[in-house]
Amino acid sequence: MNTTSVPKTMHSIAKPTLKLPPEFSIFLVLLGICVFFEAIGWYLNDQSFMFNLERLKIIILQMSVIGIIAIGVNLVIITGGIDLSSGSVVAAAAVVSASLAQVSDFPRAIFPELTNLHVFWPLMAGILVGLIAGALNGSLIAMTGIPPFIATLGLMVAARGFAKWFTGGMPVSMLTDDFAWLGEGGNPVVIFLAIAVVFHIVLRYTRFGKYTYAIGANRQAARVSGINVNRHLIWIYAIAGLLSGIAGTVTAARAISGQSGMGVMYELDAIAAVVIGGTSLVGGVGRITGTVIGVLILGVMTSGFTFIRIDAYYQEMVKGAIIVAAVIADQYRNKKKRV
Amino acid sequence: MTSDTTTLERPHPDAAAPLAHPLLEIRGILKAFPGVVALDKVSFQLKAGTVHALMGENGAGKSTLMKIISGIYIPDQGDIFLHGEKITLKSPIDALNRGIAMIHQELNLMPHMTVAENVWITREPQNRFGFVDHKELNRKTAELFAQLSIDIAPDVEIQTLSVASRQMVEIAKAVSYNSDVLIMDEPTSALTETEVAHLFNIIRNLRQQGKGIIYITHKMNELFEIADEFSVFRDGQYIATCASADVTRDDIIRMMVGREIKQMFPKQEVPIGDVVLSVQDLCLEGVFQNITFDIRAGEILGMAGLVGSGRSNVAEALFGVVPATSGTIAINGVGVEIDTPAAALTAGMAFLTEDRKETGCFLSLDIQDNMGAAVLNQNYVNKGFVQSKSLNRDCMEMAQRLRVKTPSMSEVIQNLSGGNQQKVLVGRWLLTHPKILILDEPTRGIDVGAKAEIHKLVSELAGQGVAILMISSEMPEVLGMSDRIMVMHEGRLTGILDRKDADQVSIMELAAK
Repeated sequence: MNTTSVPKTMHSIAKPTLKLPPEFSIFLVLLGICVFFEAIGWYLNDQSFMFNLERLKIIILQMSVIGIIAIGVNLVIITGGIDLSSGSVVAAAAVVSASLAQVSDFPRAIFPELTNLHVFWPLMAGILVGLIAGALNGSLIAMTGIPPFIATLGLMVAARGFAKWFTGGMPVSMLTDDFAWLGEGGNPVVIFLAIAVVFHIVLRYTRFGKYTYAIGANRQAARVSGINVNRHLIWIYAIAGLLSGIAGTVTAARAISGQSGMGVMYELDAIAAVVIGGTSLVGGVGRITGTVIGVLILGVMTSGFTFIRIDAYYQEMVKGAIIVAAVIADQYRNKKKRV
Repeated sequence: MTSDTTTLERPHPDAAAPLAHPLLEIRGILKAFPGVVALDKVSFQLKAGTVHALMGENGAGKSTLMKIISGIYIPDQGDIFLHGEKITLKSPIDALNRGIAMIHQELNLMPHMTVAENVWITREPQNRFGFVDHKELNRKTAELFAQLSIDIAPDVEIQTLSVASRQMVEIAKAVSYNSDVLIMDEPTSALTETEVAHLFNIIRNLRQQGKGIIYITHKMNELFEIADEFSVFRDGQYIATCASADVTRDDIIRMMVGREIKQMFPKQEVPIGDVVLSVQDLCLEGVFQNITFDIRAGEILGMAGLVGSGRSNVAEALFGVVPATSGTIAINGVGVEIDTPAAALTAGMAFLTEDRKETGCFLSLDIQDNMGAAVLNQNYVNKGFVQSKSLNRDCMEMAQRLRVKTPSMSEVIQNLSGGNQQKVLVGRWLLTHPKILILDEPTRGIDVGAKAEIHKLVSELAGQGVAILMISSEMPEVLGMSDRIMVMHEGRLTGILDRKDADQVSIMELAAK
C-alpha cells in the first residue's frame, strides 16, 4: 500500500485527543437538578437547597446503601446480566448479621450463646450470606445457562423467604453499640466510597475488569479469546451478592435492628442508578463514576422533592419517568454516535 | 449456470426500445457525517433490465449510497429520479412503496415464523373474520416462488432453512412488493457454489422481467459472471461506470484502489520445518469423523470444502471452542488436552474466527481493548493489574505494522471498516506469538487492499516458522496461499493435495465427492 490511501492513519495515533469523559453529560444532569431545586428552594422556602451541609450529608447517607448495592449491580450489568435479588439479599444479610450482634442481657436472643460478639463476626456473617447468595446466582447462570433475570428472580423470592423464616417475622433487636457503630455518622458513606474506589480501580486497571467488559461486549468472542467466562460470571455475581451482604449489614446497623422486610425494591433503585449512570443494559459499557453520579441523582431527587414539599406519591411517579427518560436519552446518544 | 442459457441469450425487453429515462438516476448526492464526507456529489444511473454492480473498497461509500437509495439515510444534497420523476425518500417503507427494495447482508427474517408469513408480513391476506387466511397466504407464496423458480415450501419455519434458502426468501419478499429496483448487498457471501449458481439464475430471471438490480460485491469473478455494468467508487467519490464486457479484472482493481496491487497472493517460498501440529483421528460426534493431518513449521495448510462440510467445526475443535469427542492432538510431538480456548492459547495456538461480528469483535470496546483481549491470558499482567503501558505500546506497534486506519487506539471498533476490524483481530492473535495460527475465512467481506495486506502478512508469518491452517471458501485464495490443501466433504477428510497438484477442478472433485 502506498501513499494514496493512508491519509488518516498512524501518524495521528500518538496524538492524544481531548475527549470529555462519558460521565460528563450525566454530571451535567446532576448539576441541572441541583440548580433546579436551588432555584425553587429560594422561591418556596427562602433557603438554599445545596448549600446546606446537613442536607448534603443526609442525601449521601440515605443513598449509601443503594450505592453499595449499585456498585455490584453495575458489574453484573456490564457483563450483560441483571441482578434482581439484591433487595432480598439485603434482608437476609441484615437479619443474620443482626442475630449475631445481640446483647447478652436480652433474654430472647436468637443465639443466646452467641451474644456480645465483636462487630467483626456479624459483619462477616452478613458478608458471607451475601457471598453465598451471589455465588448461587452465578453458578446457576453459568452452569445451567438460564437467563440471569430468572436465576436472580428465584433468589429474590427465596432469600426474602429465608429472612422471614429466620426471624419468624419478628424484628431482630437489642443490638450491641459496637454493631450500631457501623451505621453511625458518616460510616456508611465511607464504606460506599471505599467500595466505589476499589471497584473503579478493578474495572479500569485489572485483568478482571478488562474481562468483565469483554464478556459483556461479546460473550462468544470472550470465550474464544481464552477467557473462562463461566468462572468469571460466578465471581461477578458472587461480588454483587457480597456487596448486597455488606449493604444489608449496614442497613441493620443503621436501624439497630434486623428485619425481614428490609431492602424491598432496593434492587430496582440500584438498577435505576446504574442505568442513569450510563451503563448499557446490553452489556460492555459502564463505569463506576457514572454509577456514583447516578446514585447521587436519585438521592438529590428524593431529597429535593421532599424539600419543595412534593408528595411522596408524586415523587415515585416522577422518579419512574426520569429512569425511563435516562435510558431514552442514552439510546438516542448511542444512535447518534453510530451514524 | 447452464439451465437457462437459452433465455439468457434473448435480448432484454428494454434493449430493443431504450427508454428515455433510466430506471433510477441519482444526481449530485452529498452525504456528510460528523468528520467525514461519505459521499461527495456522486451521480449514478441504473437502467431497467440490467444488473449493475457497485465496486469499491470498504469505506468507499457504496453502503451509504445504498442506504440513501433505499430511504435509510436522507442525503444532504442532490436528487433522486425514479422513471425520470424526481422523488424524495423519507424512510425505507417509503422506498419500498415506490418499488425500491433492499436485500440486506444481514437477513431480517423472523426465525419462528413460516416462510409465507415472513414474505407477506404486514400484508397478510385476511378471511372474512379478519383473521389471517393461511391457505391464501401459502398459495400466494407458492405462486411467487414458482415465478422465481424457488423451491421452498411456504409453510416451513425460517429457522429450519439454510442461509441460502433464507436468502431466496428475502429476494422473493423484495419481489413481492412489485419492486422495480432491487438492491443486493453481498448476497453470495455465505453461499456455496451451487447455491450461487441458483441465485444467479434467479437474478437473470429478474433481469429478464425488466427489473434493475444493484449488486454489491467484493468478489471479482461474480462481477464478470452476472453484471452488465458496474460503477466504481473510491473514498466517497464516483470514479467511473463501464460495461463489464469492456474491462479486465486488473482495470477494475486499479480503479477501485487508485493504485496497483502488484501481487494478490504473495506466496513466499520458505523453509518447511518439523511437524508442529499433529492431529490424529479427531472426531466430533455427528459433525465430523476421523480427521488426521499434520502441519509443519512454516507451512500453510489450506482447508477447502463447501459450506457445511465441517471445516469450521474442525477448527473450533482444535481450539477447544467445541472440544472434540475423540482423537488426539499433539504439539511438537507432545500430546495436549484441549478442552477450552484458554488451554489452546496456553498450548501456543491462535484462532481467527470466521464471523467477525459474532465471535470476533467486542463491538462496544475500543481498538486497544479489542487487540489486548487474548494476550492478557499469559502476559502483561502483574498481580492482576494490567501493565497498560507496555501493552498499549505493543498494541500500537501492532496496529502500525498492520496499517490499521484509525484516528486513535481509543476509537470504538464498531466505527471501523470490516477490513480494519479484521486487522485488529489479526493483531489480537499475533500479540500472543502463536506457534500455530488457525485462520477461518481471514479475508471474508474485506476490501482488496486489506485482503492483499493480510495475505502478505500470512506469508511473512509462515516465513517466521508459524504453522498455519487457513480455511477459505475462495478458491484463488486457497490455491494461491497454501503449501498443501486439505479438502473436506460432509464431515470427512476427502484428500490432501500438494500445491503443485492442486487446481480448481481437483479440489472441487474432492469437495463434492
